[in-house]
Amino acid sequence: MVNGNQDKSGSTSYPAKPPAANAVVQIQGLSKTYTVNEQEAGAKATIRGIFHRKKTEVPAVDDISFSMAPGEIVGFLGPNGAGKTTTLKMLSGLLYPTRGNAVVLGHIPWKREKTFLRQITLVMGQRNQLVWDIAPIHSFELNRVIYRIPLDDYQHILKELTDLLELGPLLTKPVRNLSLGERMKCEIAAALLHRPQMVFLDEPTIGLDVTMQRRIRAFIAEYNKRFGATVLMTSHYMADVAALCRRVVVIHHGHLLFDGELALLLQKFTSHKTISIQLGECQVDLNKYGEVLSCEEGRYVLRVPKAETARITERLLADLPVVDLLVEDPPIEEVIDRAFTEWNP
Amino acid sequence: MKSLFQLYIQQFKTTFATMFQYRASLVIWMIGQVLEPLVYLIVWSTVSNGNGGSIGSYTTGAFVSYFIILMLVNQFTYTWVMFDYEYRIREGYLSFALLKPVHPIHSDIADNIMSKSITLPVLTVIAIILGLAFHAGLTVTPWTAVLFIPGLLLAFALRFLLEWTLAQCAFWTTRVSAINQIYFFLLLFLSGQIAPLSILPHAVQIAAKILPFYWTIGFPTELLLGKVTIEAAFIGIGVQIVWLAIAVLLLRLVWRLGVKAYSAVGQ
Repeated sequence: MVNGNQDKSGSTSYPAKPPAANAVVQIQGLSKTYTVNEQEAGAKATIRGIFHRKKTEVPAVDDISFSMAPGEIVGFLGPNGAGKTTTLKMLSGLLYPTRGNAVVLGHIPWKREKTFLRQITLVMGQRNQLVWDIAPIHSFELNRVIYRIPLDDYQHILKELTDLLELGPLLTKPVRNLSLGERMKCEIAAALLHRPQMVFLDEPTIGLDVTMQRRIRAFIAEYNKRFGATVLMTSHYMADVAALCRRVVVIHHGHLLFDGELALLLQKFTSHKTISIQLGECQVDLNKYGEVLSCEEGRYVLRVPKAETARITERLLADLPVVDLLVEDPPIEEVIDRAFTEWNP
Repeated sequence: MKSLFQLYIQQFKTTFATMFQYRASLVIWMIGQVLEPLVYLIVWSTVSNGNGGSIGSYTTGAFVSYFIILMLVNQFTYTWVMFDYEYRIREGYLSFALLKPVHPIHSDIADNIMSKSITLPVLTVIAIILGLAFHAGLTVTPWTAVLFIPGLLLAFALRFLLEWTLAQCAFWTTRVSAINQIYFFLLLFLSGQIAPLSILPHAVQIAAKILPFYWTIGFPTELLLGKVTIEAAFIGIGVQIVWLAIAVLLLRLVWRLGVKAYSAVGQ
């Protein structure tokens, strides 16, 4: 793995950063291997499969270590099948690891002690813990007694959540009549009524429109600030990550690839920048400065190697009658995508 | 204990709200619950009439009351958790249940109690109407009425625990419907649902009394009808208690192993 500051040896396996004394999450060499029955095509193979199942070991998470400080929001990134959900399931106590240790809030998660379960929550996008046929308020009430939330506290937090997520009219409608976004908001509220100190979010904004994504994002930030909760979240929307997480942990094929500030990750994998310049017209050949991505009404967009940015900008300003100039990083999606491709073992 | 009590009250409310979301299906479901014993009732009273008015110790009127009481007892002890479980695991509901600081069996118990308190009064009215229509012959003595209550409650507890344990098969296989079918076939035959046990061959009676099925439906039914002696009633309640203890141990063991298997594989 690569800690924020690249090691000189260039090796891909580094010792993890020592966990802080007050770490909320401490993971050491956590691994999970699934045993899968292989299914072959063809009638012969199917019949053979009745008597003899071919089993394969699939490593989902392989020797990952990291820790989290109280109140931290960490983005947990990786392409589909990287092992993110498996890790979250181990940390919330749903899965036994094959190897390794984890301590969350001072508990071993997979022992599922009641004192541990009362302090955590896991929200998995699209899956629901709300009772489908009835209004969310019934499920909330059920969670109130399950988590033994004192009535005053419950009413207080319910009001807060209702305000923050604008749940008002949704509380009394049957869940099946809610839209995906409305359901997700209720889902999140139901998961947070007991004010968990550790929040695991698996794709909390998946399938939601931009406005709803933004609202959920703002809510997570607010919840974190207000209650000092520690949040580990996965998301495919880089806007979520950029808005919420200073620190990201990246895994790919079950291996930990990066653990550090998002800015450092971007820096490391941004090889190009784009320069936009405003000229009078689109007739000029700018290919000697960089790759011309587009030109509309005299506004050129050039792609240039990151290291050359300053030199090229200087030349453009010196050579051409530039009205306006803007240097930008490529979109985060592009950078992350590049990171995954380059790291492909 | 207080919080568990509150949990039950809240689950009652949830079940109540859920049931009344689907009023039509509730009615259809109750019709189904009536039809099955009604068919057996008609078949056996016809056979009995053709046989000179009785088979073994059962007169035509006794057959009528047997199947009407059986309908109510079956309704009282019936559970649907076995049909539910595979779905819960497949759809991830079980994962959420495992992350709650309370055993998931509690919500099932509460759910069962609540839905029965809604369906039983309706079915009791239907039972009375059927009893009048088919000339049921029922005389309840004080001691059968008194012993019927623990017999019925133990039957419910036993059947609930057994079926809840059996539902855990879903942890290991995704084809639980095959297992359910075998179970329901055995239950139908050996619990007395298809015919009173005492008119079945002796070997079947012995098998039924060794296995738990009879004690979950047939026994309380025959107890109320006065078809068992007072000694047999006490012995029967004793057998129910023994089976209940076995069921509790079995449930704990299977639950522990099941959750372990689930946590190893994940969904």
